[in-house]
Amino acid sequence: MATFTFELVSPERVLFSGAVDAVILPATEGEMTVLAGHAPTMTTLKTGFLVITDSPGNGKRVLIRGGFADINQNGITVLAERALPAEELTQDILDREILQAEMHYDATNDPAAKHAAEAAVAQLREAKAALNF
Amino acid sequence: MPSLKDLRNRIASVKATQKITKAMQMVAAAKLRRAQTAAEAARPYAERMAVVLGNLASGITVGPETPRLLAGTGSDRVHLLIVCTAERGLCGAFNSSIARLARDHANRLLAEGKTVKIICVGKKGYDILRRQFAEQIIDFVDLRSVRSIGFEQGDMIAQKILALFEQGEFDVATLFYSRFRSVIAQIPTAQQIIPAQIETGATSSDAVYDYEPEEGEILATLLPRNLTVQIFRALLENAASEQGARMSAMDNATRNAGEMIKKQTMTYNRSRQAMITKELIEIISGAEAL
Repeated sequence: MATFTFELVSPERVLFSGAVDAVILPATEGEMTVLAGHAPTMTTLKTGFLVITDSPGNGKRVLIRGGFADINQNGITVLAERALPAEELTQDILDREILQAEMHYDATNDPAAKHAAEAAVAQLREAKAALNF
Repeated sequence: MPSLKDLRNRIASVKATQKITKAMQMVAAAKLRRAQTAAEAARPYAERMAVVLGNLASGITVGPETPRLLAGTGSDRVHLLIVCTAERGLCGAFNSSIARLARDHANRLLAEGKTVKIICVGKKGYDILRRQFAEQIIDFVDLRSVRSIGFEQGDMIAQKILALFEQGEFDVATLFYSRFRSVIAQIPTAQQIIPAQIETGATSSDAVYDYEPEEGEILATLLPRNLTVQIFRALLENAASEQGARMSAMDNATRNAGEMIKKQTMTYNRSRQAMITKELIEIISGAEAL
C-alpha cells in the first residue's frame, strides 16, 4: 500500500512524524480519511480522535482538541491545538478537558463559539464513553 | 593600610558571595537545559504554522474581505509594543538590552508623531520602562507565579492583544523579546506580529487547494492562532535566553570573586609577613642595644 508522510505537531512537541498508510481526521465538516495521493486540501479540525494507521490493521488514536490539517503533495501536516495520545489518556485528564470545554461554553456569548464548545463537550463525552471510563 | 582582621573579614565575605554566585550559576544551568528543550520542542509547530500560513496567504489576494490581522487596518498611527522581559534580575544585560531596543523603537515612533502604547510582560521590563513611559504603558502581565511557561500563558496574552485590536485600540503590534542563539549570545529582537508578516512563496506548489470550510474562514481562525503561537514562542525563547544570560553573568561573577580572593589573600599574606619581620627587627635591635 502506498504510504505518505504524516506529521502531528502540538505547540509543546512533535507527536508523530513518519510514513503512514492512512489517517482519519476529525475535520470540522465531518470525519475524513486521507490516503496517499489526496488532493491538496486545507481544513480545520474539531475535537475528536485522529486515527493514524502506519501499518495495515494497526491504528493509533490521538485525541485532539481543534487545529488545522494541511494536505499537499508532500504529505499531511496536522497542527493540533492540544493533542493527547489515547494511551496517555486517563479519566482525570478527560474530566478536566470536559470541564474546560464546559467553562468555555459558559464563558462565550457568540453563537458560533457556543455551538463549537457544545460540540466539543459532546465529543469529549463520546471519547470518554469510547474509552470505557 | 587595613589591619589583618579587616583583610580576613573581607576575604570571608567575598568567599561567601562567590558561593552564592556559583550556586546561582548551577541553578541557571539546570533551568537552562529545561528551557532550551522546551524552546526547541516548540519550534516545529511555529515553523509549520508559518508554512501553512504562507501556503494559504499566497493563494488569496488582499481585498476588503481579507482579515484585518493579515491586511492591517490601513493606517499605522497607533503602535502597540509588547515588551517581554524576565521577572528577575541578576542576569547581566538581558533585561536592559530588550528594554533599550523597545525604548529606541518607542522614541523613534514618538518622534514621528505616532501614538505608542506598551504592554509589559515581566516585571523587570516594566520597572525599566516605567521611568520613561509611565503614561504609555497600558498593561502589565505578571508571570511571577508561573513556574513553567505553557501554551495557556501565550494564549492569555494573545487574547488580551486581540481584544484590544478588535476595539481598534492600535494599528500595528510589535513584539520585543530575546532570541536564544547560544548560552553566550542572546539577540534582542523586534518582531511585527500585527499585521502578520508572512513569507509567501515558501513552497513552489501551484496546486489548487481545496478548502474546508472556506479559505476566508480558515484564515480567520488561523491568524489568531498564529498570534498565540508567536507569543508563546517568544516567551519560551525569552525563558531560555534569560537562563543563558544569568548563567554567563554568574559565571563571570564567580570568576571575578575568585580573582578578588586571590588578590586579597596575597595582600593579607604580605602584610602578615611584614608584621612578623617588623617584630623580629624590633626584638633583634632591642637585644643589640643591650
